[in-house]
Amino acid sequence: MDPAEFLRASRVVIVAGKGGVGKTTVTAALARRAAQAGLTTLVVELEGRSGLSELFGQPALGYEPSVLVPAAAGTGEVRGRTLTPDDALHEYLEDHGLRRVSKRLVASGAMDVVATAAPGIRDILVLGKVKQLERADVADVLIIDAPAAGHAITFLLSARGLLDAVRVGPVHTQAADVLELLTDPDRCTVVLVTLPEETPVNELVETAFALEDRVGVSLGPVVVNGLYPTIEGLDVDPGDEPDADALRAAAAFRRARTEQQEEQVARLAERLPLPQWHLPFLFEADLGPAHVDELAAALG
Amino acid sequence: MTSLVELVEDRRIIICTGTGGVGKTTTAAVLALEAARRGRRAVVVTIDPAKRLADTLGLGELSNTPSRIEGDWPGELWALMLDTKTTFDELITANAADGAQAERIFGNRFYRNISGALSGTQEYMAGEKLHELHESGRFDLVVVDTPPTRHALDFLDAPARLTRFLDHKLYRALMAPTKASLRVVNVAASAVAKAIGRVVGGDALEDGLDFFGAFEGMEQGFRDRAARVQALLTDPATAYVLVASPRADTVAEATYFAERLEQSALPVAALVVNRVHPRFGKGLGPAARKRAKAAVGSPLEGLTRNLAEFRTMADGEERHLVDLAERVKPAPVARVPFLPHDVHDLDTLAEIASHLF
Repeated sequence: MDPAEFLRASRVVIVAGKGGVGKTTVTAALARRAAQAGLTTLVVELEGRSGLSELFGQPALGYEPSVLVPAAAGTGEVRGRTLTPDDALHEYLEDHGLRRVSKRLVASGAMDVVATAAPGIRDILVLGKVKQLERADVADVLIIDAPAAGHAITFLLSARGLLDAVRVGPVHTQAADVLELLTDPDRCTVVLVTLPEETPVNELVETAFALEDRVGVSLGPVVVNGLYPTIEGLDVDPGDEPDADALRAAAAFRRARTEQQEEQVARLAERLPLPQWHLPFLFEADLGPAHVDELAAALG
Repeated sequence: MTSLVELVEDRRIIICTGTGGVGKTTTAAVLALEAARRGRRAVVVTIDPAKRLADTLGLGELSNTPSRIEGDWPGELWALMLDTKTTFDELITANAADGAQAERIFGNRFYRNISGALSGTQEYMAGEKLHELHESGRFDLVVVDTPPTRHALDFLDAPARLTRFLDHKLYRALMAPTKASLRVVNVAASAVAKAIGRVVGGDALEDGLDFFGAFEGMEQGFRDRAARVQALLTDPATAYVLVASPRADTVAEATYFAERLEQSALPVAALVVNRVHPRFGKGLGPAARKRAKAAVGSPLEGLTRNLAEFRTMADGEERHLVDLAERVKPAPVARVPFLPHDVHDLDTLAEIASHLF
């Protein structure tokens, strides 16, 4: 599947995956690729401290959108912002003429009680805000760095859960609107990210089925992150060249890991009939804008 | 300076903390296994183990009581996978005046929601379980794998948060205003109630009020219990093991965890860094890259390039680890190399142990 075409197909792209699989890096690469396709792109960070802005060599994101990569000839701008449940709640209350009590609601802990009475309320407020951004035409594409896998299911299920729990009122309307967004493939898709390892692949398959069956979202391609690029000549015997043992051991390690990665990729394909995008493992402990560009180019 | 050996030999409680995806569950299991191998009765409390590891630990499904893992060691190894809801139910049963009160609570929709979904419930119940296992006297060491949280160390704050919640300030404000401030409270409370009603709708609010009504009289028991859990978590004898991986973002997060622990006067007892790329020999990245460049076109091109990539990676990870190790000083730092295979059975757990001990 062509990434540019995919990124043009729906305005909201939600990126989800288990902790440690490189979800934020993939979010950045997708955003960059979207911008390269000429789309104005807004990245929304939901959990804070994800390190997303550092990948673009920029200071931490705030509630107000800031530029991560400026627009250039034929390339759209990449902007980024945060969106926390507290932000979303404040806005919601203000929009409903309750600005004066909103501070007290949060400070008194009453909000905890509220959130508990109808679980998912925080998530629905955040998703409601995403929907509002989508409707307000703030960017051509919104790329959402979603909570880690287990949370992602709860997060995306919140709309359906709330429709049952809350039968009337603005939250009900909000939940219905959000569900409409999530289940419309022309407006929203979910990109799942995994590593080519057994446990992350298992979790990804479970998450994928849960999201399709229980939420009804449309799933985009699966991103398999961190595949060791192929190197020719790893079977050569270094004989008594300097550091021969190290050369041999490093080659054996890479062959073993590569073989396992291929097995996991095949297993994923067998268990989940979705197109896969493969991203290379970068032998760098610090990733920056150049690496984001490299990964963006490797998508698809 | 303590060492990991001392921790598993002498401590009674070890809490593994860190962000998601860094191998916390595996590390917790390895520490418990090592204690059993050293003759102690150890139990590991896991939150959400990967399926094959769960199978290895005999945790086919949620079981709120420890199951024993048989093996060739002098001590005992037990494991349990935390069932948040059952733990909460047991707590209600233990604190309720009678069966009728407990039933009333179990039947309440609001309770069904909080027992599964209240932020911090899982963290709190992990602490509760820890307390129960510690007090039972059946174990010399309890190792806890903390839930992956969005916010660092929710685990530590959970008891306080839960009691704050169960103190039902809101309920009091709405239903039982004190005499002196009757009018003021009523006016304020009705504004709050109106706001809440606007947000969640009337049904949910009523469920909540019903719950607090049914809960009447149980607060003190909960508060006492939470205070004991809190005391255990903050006991200097409780060891916090910080688990991390050497990537830039997880190191930043681990540094933040270390700071938070320090602020709570809970020093990091040890740092375990998982998934450290092997260096293969002693050479550094730049020299290896130079050699690889020179070997382009020769039969050694692939081999030298591969070695250069691993050594470059090792250099970068080393830089991150130096900062983090400095931050947790004088805690010992143990490194577990990224293995050529996945970890999911007792043999691979033992392999990891061989790098830690």
